[in-house]
Amino acid sequence: MNNNLLSAGHTACSGCGQSLAARMVIDAAGKNTVVVNNTGCLEVFSTAYPESAWGVPWVHSLFENAAAVASGVEAGLIYLGKKDSINVIAQGGDGSTADIGLQALSGMLERGHDILYVCYDNEAYMNTGVQRSGLTPFDTNTTTSPSGKKSSGNIRPKKPMPEIANAHGIPYVATASAGYPQDIQRKVKKALSIKGPKYLQIHVPCPLGWRHEPNLTIEVGKLAVECGLYPLIEYESGKLSAVRKISAKPVEEYLKVQGRFKHLLSNPEEIKKIQAIADYNIEKYGLKLQTEAGS
Amino acid sequence: MYGPLIVKPGSSKKNKTGSWRVEIRPQFLKKNCIGCKMCLLICPEGCISGEGKNTYDFDPMYCKGCGTCAAICPKKDILMIKEEAKD
Repeated sequence: MNNNLLSAGHTACSGCGQSLAARMVIDAAGKNTVVVNNTGCLEVFSTAYPESAWGVPWVHSLFENAAAVASGVEAGLIYLGKKDSINVIAQGGDGSTADIGLQALSGMLERGHDILYVCYDNEAYMNTGVQRSGLTPFDTNTTTSPSGKKSSGNIRPKKPMPEIANAHGIPYVATASAGYPQDIQRKVKKALSIKGPKYLQIHVPCPLGWRHEPNLTIEVGKLAVECGLYPLIEYESGKLSAVRKISAKPVEEYLKVQGRFKHLLSNPEEIKKIQAIADYNIEKYGLKLQTEAGS
Repeated sequence: MYGPLIVKPGSSKKNKTGSWRVEIRPQFLKKNCIGCKMCLLICPEGCISGEGKNTYDFDPMYCKGCGTCAAICPKKDILMIKEEAKD
């Protein structure tokens, strides 16, 4: 048995992308870390009372205030003179980051605390039964944005959280994906080496809410990146410093493996709209891989 | 202090989630393994252990049988087989 800082025995679903991403983050951060968790899947499955899967000090308060509680933890560590040797990580899901906890997160970023905020983006409120959140992508079928005769799912595009975080003028903003676990670890280590507020958003496939086969977790994560719907980018001091170049696969390859986009496969008009979102991302961040033969 | 406290780290190990597994389980063939560690890295339970080529194996007490290890293995050295089948 491995001595991971997030132990086995947690109650995540079979094939959960979030549990592997959370393990990548905490193992990269090391044992000198205090974790503050928002309410969400991660909090529920990792700490089913009276047991905890965490091997580090871990605090849960409310749905919205991991960023605020982490600010207090950081201030306390500074008072004790221990901040230099202890990392503080605040983490939550997409709902508690982009909707409910946005004010606490914004306050943390603005006050300049030395904290890494990690958002595990599974693109809906999965814990309570797949309701749409601010980070749910366009045309997704969820229980509160159902598809049917007059609707093709979620009517709004995804909230640009990395850009919102970056607009606070913080030193490091990055996106990662559970499809690329080593990339998550590299970005966490890089973020923790920088002083000041950091924001990391990790795309985590959810077999239950996205309705794909549990063994496709990694594959689905990679496809989202490869087709341009989830660009892996890094901002350092406000400037785009690195992107992951992609071969720009058609978005159908990503959509067809997931039940939440099943209604789109008979609707080419809507697929064109999603392809337009991917093309916009590819253009905006310069994701396209330059082939040698072409240039 | 307020609220419920859990003092023992990693106490979730008491919870043997292997009982969740239905129908299929992984089988590590240990023949063509190149030691890339991808299975160990991506197991959502973190229940795969090993050191070096052809040593990796899963812990049946915790494996939920999702099959991500079999899907990611570059040498197809991990199979998903019926629960009752013998190694």
